[in-house]
Amino acid sequence: MTKAQHFEWLLSLADDALILGQRLSEWCGHAPALEEDIALSNVALDLIGQSRAILTHAGLLEGEGRDEDRLAFFRSDREYRNLLLVELPNGHFGDTIARQFFFDQFAMIRYGHLAQQTFDLEIAAIATKALKEVRYHAAHSAEWMIRLGDGTDLSKTRIQESVDRLWPYIGECFEAHPILDAAITSGAMPDCKSIELTWKERVSAVLAEATLILPTDDWKQVGGRNGLHTEHLSYLLAEMQAVPRLHPDAKW
Amino acid sequence: MDLNQRFEDYIAADQKIEAKDWMPDDYRKTLIRQISQHAHSEIIGMLPEGNWITRAPSLQRKAILLAKVQDEAGHGLYLYSAAETLGAQRDDLMDALIEGRAKYSSIFNYPTLTWADMGAIGWLVDGAAIMNQVPLCKCSYGPYARAMVRVCKEESFHQRQGFQIMLNLCEGTDEQREMAQDSLNRWWWPSLMMFGPNDESSTHNEQSMRWKIKRFSNDELRQRFVDMTIPQVELLGLTVPDKDLKWNQSTGHYEMGAIDWQEFFNVIAGNGPCNKERIAARKKAHRDGQWVRQAASAYAEKMRTKVTPNQTNAA
Amino acid sequence: MSSESSKWPLWEVFVRSRQGLSHKHVGSLHASDATMAIANARDVYTRRQEGVSIWVLPAEAISASSPADKDILFDPANDKVYRHPTFYTLPDEVKNM
Repeated sequence: MTKAQHFEWLLSLADDALILGQRLSEWCGHAPALEEDIALSNVALDLIGQSRAILTHAGLLEGEGRDEDRLAFFRSDREYRNLLLVELPNGHFGDTIARQFFFDQFAMIRYGHLAQQTFDLEIAAIATKALKEVRYHAAHSAEWMIRLGDGTDLSKTRIQESVDRLWPYIGECFEAHPILDAAITSGAMPDCKSIELTWKERVSAVLAEATLILPTDDWKQVGGRNGLHTEHLSYLLAEMQAVPRLHPDAKW
Repeated sequence: MDLNQRFEDYIAADQKIEAKDWMPDDYRKTLIRQISQHAHSEIIGMLPEGNWITRAPSLQRKAILLAKVQDEAGHGLYLYSAAETLGAQRDDLMDALIEGRAKYSSIFNYPTLTWADMGAIGWLVDGAAIMNQVPLCKCSYGPYARAMVRVCKEESFHQRQGFQIMLNLCEGTDEQREMAQDSLNRWWWPSLMMFGPNDESSTHNEQSMRWKIKRFSNDELRQRFVDMTIPQVELLGLTVPDKDLKWNQSTGHYEMGAIDWQEFFNVIAGNGPCNKERIAARKKAHRDGQWVRQAASAYAEKMRTKVTPNQTNAA
Repeated sequence: MSSESSKWPLWEVFVRSRQGLSHKHVGSLHASDATMAIANARDVYTRRQEGVSIWVLPAEAISASSPADKDILFDPANDKVYRHPTFYTLPDEVKNM
């Protein structure tokens, strides 16, 4: 893997966490119960923390003096490398939980591998810490999938709709990509197929307990890893980046 | 012994009243009113700052602000729990809030217009809140006092992060300094109003003081706040929007100009710039969350009836 | 479905602050079931590393002594001073006991 590829690969890891953390933080003050408000903020805080560590590492690797904030606030949507899944609007609580559940299961497997690999020891250390956090997130989102799926008729309908709506964005998690291929060749990542198999197995088990149906449609929406996003990302970034871009020389 | 006498003796001896102790109805009502208003203030207070979480200008600031606003949710929760020990139900209190029947601190009906407002709120609003809250840690009602100990411990980080935002702005670019001054201009008077009406016109002061729910008068606390804050304003190189403010050598206190109580009572009456949005946001969150809470209850009920819960041993 | 069923029961939370200490009551919260109560307790009461273990129990499961019985329950222990080691004076020669 070249340094440029390594850098891009790190951005994809960081951006997944940052964009999802940003989305989740929109819930603060608006969750279905006070206790859940606190829970969602905790998840958001973990994700933002993970992104900061990875962005800092990426900036050092790049060696052009870009710190976490430079990378977060001064890249355009085309330079963002996150999955489309994480940038999708929060929707209702069920949409947010389904998105979180799908991502948490993916992140748990990915961090599990990252913690073991020796290609990038800094990422291994970050992943070891993140893995504990993500395990908790995964338990939280899976429990909610089950409560909503096996709750009332209304909640079952809603969460099934959320699952179906998000499904086209799942394939991107396991989609081959030149940067990812380079990471796989370097031993930094396992091949996509093995991640996908583990993911499907775990997701199916939870959905079954939630009395929900795993969609079979295999159409994939992709593009995030290449910087081609949904319409939603540029709005998200416009909001997130507005203040530092208005005062580019300021320290906060 | 007469129950009321025993209660009065407890209060006189600085003993805590606990949830199941006998207490006069008015004491209970006063506490439920005060604690729930306090809890509502924490929850409504999440909104003006929550506005800026997605726009925080650095990732560290984003994390700090999110953690801070999350703490407010925690504080609201501790306080609702304290109110529940008195027989109130959180859902009823929440209903009263979203139906506009309950009061909360009027300061949160002002808009947050710039990032500097995150600084001013943490520094001034949380500063004023701490001034009000520290004495409550010694309040005569045990559960409230204990909740406040926890709240106060967590609040001190809030005030510091706010002051640090102001400090960074004041040491920054011209625009940043202007932003800081503008924010101080807008938040100064509302912060002073947080201590409530002047002592002579405050309706709840006297009885609350006697019951040791309240330990210092509104004006005393306000004075303390001003005395503590003015040197900080000077350190930042900012000016408070009060041309009558002056140091009184003989009293050792600052004298402040007249507060516009008309504005205060207007905002309390529901006519502040953001009263309607704040309540609407809470109402929306509560209503949108209804199906989720119901689903969780329904699921729990199914599990209860399906199998006897597999209790893990207490460890 | 009535709005009644959207109300979650109250749970009392006990946290062991560190290994070797007993669990201590820290407050309460609402949750639909025990799993959620533990998760919520973790998020609400241990955000600052306050704990290593959590107990939750439904508030309605607690039986408490009546404040009205305080006299009969606890006063009788008042005059049993001989239960305390300080009741006994020892000769100075006995250093450790």
